[in-house]
Amino acid sequence: MSWIEKDAAALTDALAAGEVTSVELTQAHLDRIAAVDGGERGVHAFLHVDAEGALTQAAESDARRAAGTPLSALDGVPIAVKDVLATTGLPTTCGSKILEGWVPPYDATVVARLKAAGLPILGKTNMDEFAMGSSTEHSAYGPTRNPWDLDRIPGGSGGGSAAAVASYEAPLALGTDTGGSIRQPGAVTGTVGVKPTYGAVSRYGLVALANSLDQVGPVTRTVLDSALLHEVIAGHDPRDSTSIDQPVPDVVAAARQGAAGDLTGVKVGVIAELAGEGWQDGVMARFRESVDAMVAAGAEVVEVSCPSFVHAMAAYYLILPAEASSNLAKFDAMRYGLRVLPEGVDSPSAEEVMRATRDAGFGDEVKRRIILGTYALSSGYYDAYYGQAQKVRTLISRDFEAAFEQVDVLLSPTAPTTAFKLGEKLDDPLAMYLNDLATIPANLAGVPGISVPCGLAEEDGLPVGLQILAPALADDRVYRVGAAAETLLTKALGGPLLDRAPTLTETGAGA
Amino acid sequence: MSATAADLMAYDAALAAYDPALGLEVHVELNTATKMFCGCPTGFGAEPNTQVCPTCLGLPGAMPVVNRVGVESAIRIGLALNCSIAEWCRFARKNYFYPDMPKNFQTSQYDEPIAFDGWMDVVVPAPEGSDAEDEVFRVEIERAHMEEDTGKSTHIGETGRIHGADYSLVDYNRAGIPLIEIVTKPIRGAGERAPEVARAYVQQLRDLIVALGVSEARMDQGNLRADVNLSLAPSGSDVLGTRTETKNVNSFRSVERAVRYEVQRHAAVLSSGGAILQETRHWHEDTGITTSGREKSDAEDYRYFPEPDLVPVAPSREWVEELRATLPENPTAKRARLQAAWGYSDLEMRDVVGAGALPLVEETVEAGASPQSARKWWLSELARRANDTGVDLVDLGVTPAQVAGVQALVDAGTINDKLARQVFDGLLAGEGSPEEIVEKRGLAVVSDDGALGAAVDKAIEANPDVAEKIRGGKVAAAGALIGAVMKEMRGQADAGRVRELILEKLPVVE
Repeated sequence: MSWIEKDAAALTDALAAGEVTSVELTQAHLDRIAAVDGGERGVHAFLHVDAEGALTQAAESDARRAAGTPLSALDGVPIAVKDVLATTGLPTTCGSKILEGWVPPYDATVVARLKAAGLPILGKTNMDEFAMGSSTEHSAYGPTRNPWDLDRIPGGSGGGSAAAVASYEAPLALGTDTGGSIRQPGAVTGTVGVKPTYGAVSRYGLVALANSLDQVGPVTRTVLDSALLHEVIAGHDPRDSTSIDQPVPDVVAAARQGAAGDLTGVKVGVIAELAGEGWQDGVMARFRESVDAMVAAGAEVVEVSCPSFVHAMAAYYLILPAEASSNLAKFDAMRYGLRVLPEGVDSPSAEEVMRATRDAGFGDEVKRRIILGTYALSSGYYDAYYGQAQKVRTLISRDFEAAFEQVDVLLSPTAPTTAFKLGEKLDDPLAMYLNDLATIPANLAGVPGISVPCGLAEEDGLPVGLQILAPALADDRVYRVGAAAETLLTKALGGPLLDRAPTLTETGAGA
Repeated sequence: MSATAADLMAYDAALAAYDPALGLEVHVELNTATKMFCGCPTGFGAEPNTQVCPTCLGLPGAMPVVNRVGVESAIRIGLALNCSIAEWCRFARKNYFYPDMPKNFQTSQYDEPIAFDGWMDVVVPAPEGSDAEDEVFRVEIERAHMEEDTGKSTHIGETGRIHGADYSLVDYNRAGIPLIEIVTKPIRGAGERAPEVARAYVQQLRDLIVALGVSEARMDQGNLRADVNLSLAPSGSDVLGTRTETKNVNSFRSVERAVRYEVQRHAAVLSSGGAILQETRHWHEDTGITTSGREKSDAEDYRYFPEPDLVPVAPSREWVEELRATLPENPTAKRARLQAAWGYSDLEMRDVVGAGALPLVEETVEAGASPQSARKWWLSELARRANDTGVDLVDLGVTPAQVAGVQALVDAGTINDKLARQVFDGLLAGEGSPEEIVEKRGLAVVSDDGALGAAVDKAIEANPDVAEKIRGGKVAAAGALIGAVMKEMRGQADAGRVRELILEKLPVVE
């Protein structure tokens, strides 16, 4: 097994034992990126690769380790960062033309924490423009391909981070999850993705899509790796007023405990509303098998109803565009980013430059949501749209509260279908939106969730994800049950799901 | 763009036909050390765009954090205005595009202000020359809320305005500085005194802000900015008319003038059958008129919604009560108390307040000077010097303790009023304490009767004709001899004592 195929936990052991250096590891991943990411049929997980920076950080990590002063367990393990997080000296485009070439003068708190823990940053990963989408096709820089089938989407918006991890270009990645952008890509690429409790991880330096829904989280190949990364990035940040000022639960211990695969005494609930029409047979089959495996491991299962979940999608598509329309107003060509002068205007006014820039710089999906959000917040419509949506949000939180009085965790498939074909849903925004049906409620209520690979759908041979949700602040429970499910499913599958992914042809075109 | 004066109706005629309703919106720039939502310094006059960070520049990903001192100042202002303090309130985004707004939304408060439903009793001075008493007028406060300032645009070009500018520069140092916006309820019933009520309100609000110590509150520097809303309704009508909002009113006097102007302009439009346009108008200090700004008839839609990056502000009742206990004495009550204690007339008190000398006089009296002497020095000698050098009294460089020291020397007979002026020269030149200056400059009055007597003798000898007149009973002629003696003594003599000596030496021959 080559270094790039090992998970982060194994790499930390190898680094600690002196079996490999961070420079070697980092170089191995950079080589992998160079081999499979670029070219016509490349994965295209990365928008920007920082080989020089990553190797410098790796060399510093090796020096620390030689001196016996590593910064953390993960010191020296390379990582990829979604391009929506501000990185000093590295371009941060959010997948948008309007930010082409913008280099932030500051680090997002999570990026600063990665650096403080000694993780070399390989580069920035592709995403739907401003995280709006479920396929990464809305990136202004071209789509990312799913390593399981290069003609299919890797999920979105964080398709780049998921594909990078799935194709062994990086052992770890950071994603952000507003309505499923970590979990759904995890599901369709056969990787693990965690959306922590809202406020568990600082959002400072995350270019906001919808501030009240966004959350940064780990994208990895194992549950334990996610926990190790969670430990690095979580915790109170005085620069984010919405971050939780409480000790971070011991998620690593929870993941290790869960890995024993024993679910005795754990009550799991299957959400009745997240099944039925529109749910792919192969997805439902794998899901039911997963639940059966958990029951066999001692879990008690009940069906629970969350009646307000049927309104989640509608509420989400009012709250998100409303917040986004305001967040995206700052992109006006006045201070940074793209500046487009209107054609045929001699001496354009600031307003004319703003209009021309925003017209040229934003893609259709972004414009669609800005218009939706502007409308929803307009005088005379606010109560009917934004106000109503907030009420639905409260009802969804109550559904969760009621459900968690009965059970410890809730289960559902992460996404209703496996990865669809590139271009298949581009002209049908509603069909695209429906892919986040199962993941959105957790964002509206702020509760944590994980997606764990649970097998391949029979009809297309593509990965299916199992979603596990826990009450707010009970992130450790997500890891414990997630790790248990991982152990049970890996055993049932006879090995990690990703081992079954096709071998990628080296395009050799470089990233 | 040349501003042309509108048709105006004579003020008295306007008031005979219409009742004015006023509304005042005052923005107070707080003197917190850092901005409202980030740690940038707030000092005035720094190089453009040097007091900025990702947050106040609105860089992608940056987030706001509420300045606790800003909230504290807002609560103290609210309490001083007799407002209720919200138990729970939120910030809201006010969305509109403008280059001096880094995020293209202003973080403000909308339907949940931190303070609401208050009042202030405004003392409206009796008209000049009338013997009427000052009138107390209660102004109801609608709300006081927290928000952030915008950057500052400078339009480069012939006009200095955005229209016709070649280009514009934006300085974001001011962006994010905390503001408290204080909004009155419609002020009705002020009648012809509406302009004076408006002025007195703003002036008294400023005194209150200064007493609270939460802002420099200088209108000339823009720490205190007033927008004047005005509408007219036909006399006796209950309905409010269409209002205009006049901005750029940058002095107390302008507040009064702007109200008066808009009353006359509205009246002229309404009486000729026209309609008032709901719009923003700009006050022109130089010409004393208002001109139309942007129309508000298409009611800009700010699409307010709660700021999702900030948690609600929920000041505990204990904290509010702690802050209430720190409130300074209400300026109006304090003024009445001091006036009574000092025995000033209304006019004297008004002069002291108007000159911004109230705290100075108060401290001078506390340092031992009599109220009248304290008033005399600050309002005459020192006010003149401040005026000459173009600084505020408080910045002149003479302290109340020094003024009290000078007066103590006068009271002790060591110097006289004329010599005292030289002591002030010395104080301004930094020559030390009043005593040291008297010593160094040799200013002490000569009280040695021997030396004085010699000088008197010399003067009598030199002016035999005057001496003769005095002996003949024309005592008033002594003035000429006193002058001669004072000249001989280079001013360092007590004129009263000199007069006594002259009259002793020249007894009137019956």
